[in-house]
Amino acid sequence: MDTDLSSQDRKDLDKFIKFFALKTVQVIVQARLGEKICTRSSSSPTGSDWFNLAIKDIPEVTHEAKKALAGQLPAVGRSMCVEISLKTSEGDSMELEIWCLEMNEKCDKEIKVSYTVYNRLSLLLKSLLAITRVTPAYRLSRKQGHEYVILYRIYFGEVQLSGLGEGFQTVRVGTVGTPLGTITLSCAYRINLAFMSTRQFERTPPIMGIIIDHFVDRPYPSSSPMHPCNYRTTGEDNGATYPSVEDSQEVCTTSFSTSPPSQCVFTVTKAHFQTPPPVVMDTLKVPMMGLAFSHQPAALGVGSADMGYPVIFAGGLNAAHPHQLIVPGKEGGIPPVLSQPAHGTQADHERMAMCTPLDGALYSAATPSSSEDTETVSNSSEGKSGSPHDLLETIFVRKVGAFVNKPINQVTMASLDIPFAMFAPKNVELEDNDPMVNPPDSPDVESPLQGSLHSEGSSGSSTGNTHDDFVMVDFKPAFSKDDILPMDLGTFYREFQNPPQLSSLSIDIGAQSMAEDLDSLPEKLAVHEKNVREFDAFVETLQ
Amino acid sequence: MNCRSEVLEVSVEGRQIEEAMLAVLHTVLLHRSTGKFHYKKEGTYSIGTVGTQDVDCDFIDFTYARVSSEELDRALRKAVGEFKDALRNSGSDGIGQISLEFYQKKKSRWPFSDECIPWEVWTIKVNVVNLVSEQERQICREKVGEKLCEKLINIVEVMNRHEYLPKMPTQSEVDNVFDTSLKDVQPYLYKISYQITDSLGSSVTTTMRRLIKDTLAL
Repeated sequence: MDTDLSSQDRKDLDKFIKFFALKTVQVIVQARLGEKICTRSSSSPTGSDWFNLAIKDIPEVTHEAKKALAGQLPAVGRSMCVEISLKTSEGDSMELEIWCLEMNEKCDKEIKVSYTVYNRLSLLLKSLLAITRVTPAYRLSRKQGHEYVILYRIYFGEVQLSGLGEGFQTVRVGTVGTPLGTITLSCAYRINLAFMSTRQFERTPPIMGIIIDHFVDRPYPSSSPMHPCNYRTTGEDNGATYPSVEDSQEVCTTSFSTSPPSQCVFTVTKAHFQTPPPVVMDTLKVPMMGLAFSHQPAALGVGSADMGYPVIFAGGLNAAHPHQLIVPGKEGGIPPVLSQPAHGTQADHERMAMCTPLDGALYSAATPSSSEDTETVSNSSEGKSGSPHDLLETIFVRKVGAFVNKPINQVTMASLDIPFAMFAPKNVELEDNDPMVNPPDSPDVESPLQGSLHSEGSSGSSTGNTHDDFVMVDFKPAFSKDDILPMDLGTFYREFQNPPQLSSLSIDIGAQSMAEDLDSLPEKLAVHEKNVREFDAFVETLQ
Repeated sequence: MNCRSEVLEVSVEGRQIEEAMLAVLHTVLLHRSTGKFHYKKEGTYSIGTVGTQDVDCDFIDFTYARVSSEELDRALRKAVGEFKDALRNSGSDGIGQISLEFYQKKKSRWPFSDECIPWEVWTIKVNVVNLVSEQERQICREKVGEKLCEKLINIVEVMNRHEYLPKMPTQSEVDNVFDTSLKDVQPYLYKISYQITDSLGSSVTTTMRRLIKDTLAL
């Protein structure tokens, strides 16, 4: 057999390869339009359907492909590449796939050009039709629209895969041997982006009816199939809502996560030991320090203070849970504290009144909805006179966490007119968020704590309330006699009941301090977490 | 000659059986179908055009391209429907397999009937899973979609090995190689059969051969 290709065969082969390249581009681009493709079979050959396949020719795409090829054909070292990329409405773009039509030097001289090569090229196009629906970019392209569009770019020369990121995968569509070399069609696709995009777009409101504007140049004139029919309002909206959703989520997270008692404790303690922090929360915690120190200075002090604070507020504010106040009231609490947070609601005052007769149980009262807490408190108050402060501290810890959960929500969303409004709803979740019951181990816990602490700090009224509470209250704290702390609790309160006005009294400043608090909270929480075991043991002694 | 045999395995939920089978079978047939032959004088022939269309699956996150031929689609749906029914009726442990066999007819002399010589067999083993929660179903949707993507890549890989294919027949022989009964496309002669394994996994309790094209009805 003549090893040299006859001129006719050579011409045919060149023509086949050229049209194969053009059809390949058409198949790829059409598969990324975002719509289902449908062409009809025809039993009568029309003569214009290359490779016996009904593949439409989009003029712009053909034009682009011809421009890229510039009269050349894929050869060794010169590959035709179709790059599919994604571009978001914000202008970010990323490469998704690179389809490569390459030619290597491995020749198959024996093969018949006009028949076998042609049929195999046809088979390869069918494979391409199948594979283009299988790569991750297909599903992305079907969902495109306002959020993002799919674009294509054709270039000729060296394959550039660097834009696909790490870990891209390759799928080989097929090969066809020819007397001039072996044609290989393959696709390198990014896998990370596919997942990222899916996640990203799932977080935004559902994208329905998104259409694709996938043409690099002006779309195809009869672009009815390519232009969106159901336009989402705007990409900006999505963009705008997106961050806000995140923000609110963060807020919710911080507000709902349970702050571990240890964390609360540490925060308070830390605040206490430092030079008087301008943060409200620190100040608020101060009064509790006495209680905290009675048990475990480092650990509980903070918690106590925190617990005491929320307890007070919760008691005052939780009009929806009167029982919560009542129960603690019996235990006795810190009447003055309770009465202090007069946010202006009569209910608050009433609450406080109820709590007034309470002594240390005030803190137990803080244990809002959990009867368990109540029992704990009562038990503790009944039997363990020796370590009432333990109970108190425990309760404080719990309360702190519980309140920590809610405050964020309340702080950010509820009006801050009522200083302790944020604590009101907290009571509902106190049980769930009880850090003593479920000592938080995950870092998630930290955020709620942070959030809550921040919210405490941020609500200036809270500060004021606490301040007022301490001022107005003249009670006999149940744990005033503390072995560990040489200071009398009452003295302690009086000493620290007039903190300097915090800059975080206003909402704006509160927001700022919240951010600062949030920043500092991780370290505080880390310290708290270290002592989780202690607190766990502590809780168990109470149960 | 040796018959090429390819086996694919999928685990699907009951309602996904049809779509998964159709996706695989249509993809195979897309590669094994040509346009209608129009023989001209002097032994030459021209080939018609094969159109394609995309099919979205309702129960699987998957889309596949199939030949645009309603007749072919109907035939496959019928076979897959029967397979699905047999699978569902077999019991809770739905394990079965459906086979797509490409064969050539070889005329034998009288009184022997024509032989059917398979040259390629695609077997899809199906394992039906039962899911209870909606979340599981959603995960199954995606997972089966990904699995089908892998299967399709496998199919394409086999197709592109360019192994044995019956050589193009003359006009008189075309019915021994191709199924010429469809009016718009011309797949290679094929038949679909299935087997259901009973729950014990022991011997096949039901074997049915469903002849899509009766080789004897010429």
